[in-house]
Amino acid sequence: MEGYVHSIETFGTVDGPGIRFVIFMQGCPLRCRYCHNPDTWDLHGGNRMSVEEILMQYRKNKAFYSKGGITVTGGEPLLQIDFLCELFQRAKEQKIHTCIDTSGITYHTDNTEYNGKLDTLMQYTDLVMLDIKHIDREAHHELTGAYNEGILDFARYLEKKKIPVWIRHVVVPGITDKEEYLLALGRFIGSLSNVKALDVLPYHTMGVEKYRKLGIPYSLEGVEPMSAEGAKRAKESILSGIKEVRQKNKK
Amino acid sequence: MEYLYEGWEGFEAGTWVKEINVRSFIRHNYTPYDGDEAFLEGATNDTLDLWNQVTELSKKEREAGGVLDMDTEIVTGITSHGPGYLNKDKEKIVGFQTDKPFKRAFHPYGGIRTAEKACLDNGYEVDPKVKEFFTIHRKTHNAGVFDVYTPEMRACRSSHIITGLPDAYGRGRIIGDYRRVALYGVDRLIEDKMEQKETTRSAMYSAVIREREELAEQIRALHQLKEMAASYGYDISKPARNTQEAIQWLYFGYLAAVKEQNGAAMSLGRTSTFLDIYAERDLKAGVYTEKEIQELVDQFIMKLRLVKFARTPEYNALFSGDPQWVTESIAGVAIDGRHMVTKMSYRYLHTLKNLGPSPEPNLTVLWSVNLPENFKRFCAKISIETSSIQYENDDLMRFTHGDDYAIACCVSSMRVGKEMQFFGARANLAKCLLYAINGGVDEISHKQVGPEYRPITSEYLDYDEVMKKFDDMMEWLAGVYVNTLNIIHYMHDKYCYEKIQMALHDKNVTRWFATGIAGLSVVADSLSAIKYAKVRVIRDETGLAVDYEVEGDFPKYGNDDDRVDELAREVVHTFMKHIRKNHTYRGGIPTTSILTITSNVVYGKNTGSTPDGRKKGEAFAPGANPMHRRDTHGAVASLASVSKLPFIDAQDGISNTFSIIPGALGKEDKIFVGDIDVDIDCGGACSSPTLFESLDTDNE
Repeated sequence: MEGYVHSIETFGTVDGPGIRFVIFMQGCPLRCRYCHNPDTWDLHGGNRMSVEEILMQYRKNKAFYSKGGITVTGGEPLLQIDFLCELFQRAKEQKIHTCIDTSGITYHTDNTEYNGKLDTLMQYTDLVMLDIKHIDREAHHELTGAYNEGILDFARYLEKKKIPVWIRHVVVPGITDKEEYLLALGRFIGSLSNVKALDVLPYHTMGVEKYRKLGIPYSLEGVEPMSAEGAKRAKESILSGIKEVRQKNKK
Repeated sequence: MEYLYEGWEGFEAGTWVKEINVRSFIRHNYTPYDGDEAFLEGATNDTLDLWNQVTELSKKEREAGGVLDMDTEIVTGITSHGPGYLNKDKEKIVGFQTDKPFKRAFHPYGGIRTAEKACLDNGYEVDPKVKEFFTIHRKTHNAGVFDVYTPEMRACRSSHIITGLPDAYGRGRIIGDYRRVALYGVDRLIEDKMEQKETTRSAMYSAVIREREELAEQIRALHQLKEMAASYGYDISKPARNTQEAIQWLYFGYLAAVKEQNGAAMSLGRTSTFLDIYAERDLKAGVYTEKEIQELVDQFIMKLRLVKFARTPEYNALFSGDPQWVTESIAGVAIDGRHMVTKMSYRYLHTLKNLGPSPEPNLTVLWSVNLPENFKRFCAKISIETSSIQYENDDLMRFTHGDDYAIACCVSSMRVGKEMQFFGARANLAKCLLYAINGGVDEISHKQVGPEYRPITSEYLDYDEVMKKFDDMMEWLAGVYVNTLNIIHYMHDKYCYEKIQMALHDKNVTRWFATGIAGLSVVADSLSAIKYAKVRVIRDETGLAVDYEVEGDFPKYGNDDDRVDELAREVVHTFMKHIRKNHTYRGGIPTTSILTITSNVVYGKNTGSTPDGRKKGEAFAPGANPMHRRDTHGAVASLASVSKLPFIDAQDGISNTFSIIPGALGKEDKIFVGDIDVDIDCGGACSSPTLFESLDTDNE
């Protein structure tokens, strides 16, 4: 089977444990205002690559990935779920660590056909990195163009499936850095038993140049990048939300 | 057992007792260290005082435009200058190249003009008598070479198709086994050399005559070494008796070498594990504390940082700075399977903390997947903090060079005291390709430099035609190149012989005949463009191809794409094949390297536009690197392309200069240690985000 692939990064060090072979998939239904990969939005853009082609490239240099593995990201990789199923099934046959970096936006509790495929995919998935863009329903819509119920449902689905999850969250000045949002996000995360790690990312403006090249207006023009300290403070807030819930549950 | 010398007490005997064999001494006596860095000590006040003095002098040197003081009268040699000090009372390890620190010596034997120019360009004038002497009465290496060069060689030299030839300066890349001075004392080494001289052949043909003369020179140099040490108040005729003496004796050996030679790379060898044997013995006997041993190491390294040579601005431009390549090789794994990390390996690297980061000495870790985990972690930590460690693949080099080799310059490996190298500059293969297209006419000067083969006249380049002509042109270039080097090394041996360094070698040394390649990725991409895209030739009014227009895309070296990586491999293999066809001076074994770490800019400047789309004058990529910004698939793919180059054809080394911003190594810089071990599976992922296990512990 072939998938639409934007590009491959052979030395990924920030998308999961170890050094990773990162596949950027085409297509995304969200339009996050800070998205730094607008060139992956189009589902049928990029190059078509077969599962075998990808795994062959991986195997050539597999020594580098002994503590890492494959990460699919994008775009929204779960848009090409059939491709992912085949890729991960084959990868697990070869004992490769598999990870999906997703926004969770493709999940809807009532879409049984899709969720059946998801059940299959989860059998071959070692780790999900779930990027929660915003905990507040309206603010999520404002930021990404979509509401977040499906995403939060997806998080609970992963808990039920006992899939290890890393939560990612981008802190954008003036948009997601409010204390109440961060605490609420923390409380939500704290309610999940399968979350293994929290990765708080400061908003940066490195994607702006791409917008200029693609001729797309950049709606966060003028928003300053988040400082490392600011991101650290945000992380503390989220962590205190998590602690609060976990302690309550202990009692 | 009965010890021959006081300094040997407590050591386990082996063949090293009967013959000069440092490797045997190390094998029998070293203690591998698996622990961590907790035992390390900081710098002493004396060390810090001295270092402050150095920092002050360095500042003055910079303010003075790069040179603080130069000798313009005394011709340097092992005993040319009296002792020099920073502060005699505080220095535990002593010795400078001249009678004071930061004063650069005068080295005319490589070539009087270069030596004079180095002075003039820095505002110093050479004593006219000295100049006259080395112009009229005493011939130099440089004068010898130019007496013999053919017009063709001169043309290649000035068109820069062969570049960086050591024909006017010291060739370097020879490592004396300075450890011998400490282990055996100089008298025993002289005895050994006398015996060597007595056992040469008795029929006096020129090779034997040269051998006997060289041995006589070596013996004289050893006597001078003793004399130089005596001027500092040390009698080094007998073996060193403790750590301080071992370091000092060894350093005197090295100092004699840098007093005698201004070589392009004056590397130290592989000394840390050797010295650790003394330190372990002294620590056990309570002779020294850890603090005192670290002080000796700090001060030794400080001295190595202060090695300086008089050089011209052109030389510094070629090498991007004023490097000495005082390379020291650390760690690695022994043939018997034990790793060779000792506490001294840690102490050497720890100087980067005690004295601060520094490019010199060039501390090089011989990396193996079998190094102990603690040491790997420590290296990674120091690397991240100081960016001052070089790594080389011991698992690769141990296979051909055993477990007592060291690196000269940046990548050239040789068994210490058993192998030496004739350093060989570089052939510009990108220009060679242009000569193939233009029938030997230089694309910049329009002169007929290469043989007048038929040029390519078609509008579009045909791959098969280009390859055929390129092969012929490489064959020609390899011939001129090797023969040019033959002249250079003959004359260097004759007029600028490395007496003390060769005195610290065995009698029968293996000589590597090093050559080099520049512009590999330009050539690979050019051939790929010709093969997979369409390359149109743009000619000037004389019909000379001066530019190229690439129509369509083509695979680029650096993306793990076999279509082009195979072309790069083929070029290296073919060029080496042609090199091997030639006679080499003194039975040198031909090798090549792909390692223009700094001079790629200058080479690019002298090369016209190439069929890969690179424009006239644009820099080449360094070493075996892919061209800048053409590797688009991330580091692993880029490294994979480089790793396909055949080491067997490029045994003198392949370099890939790899810069990375800290953030790209993973968050909190944790990825680095384990993940670079591409051969083993330790299990357990290295993760960077906050893990919740620690959060839970907080609560309990």
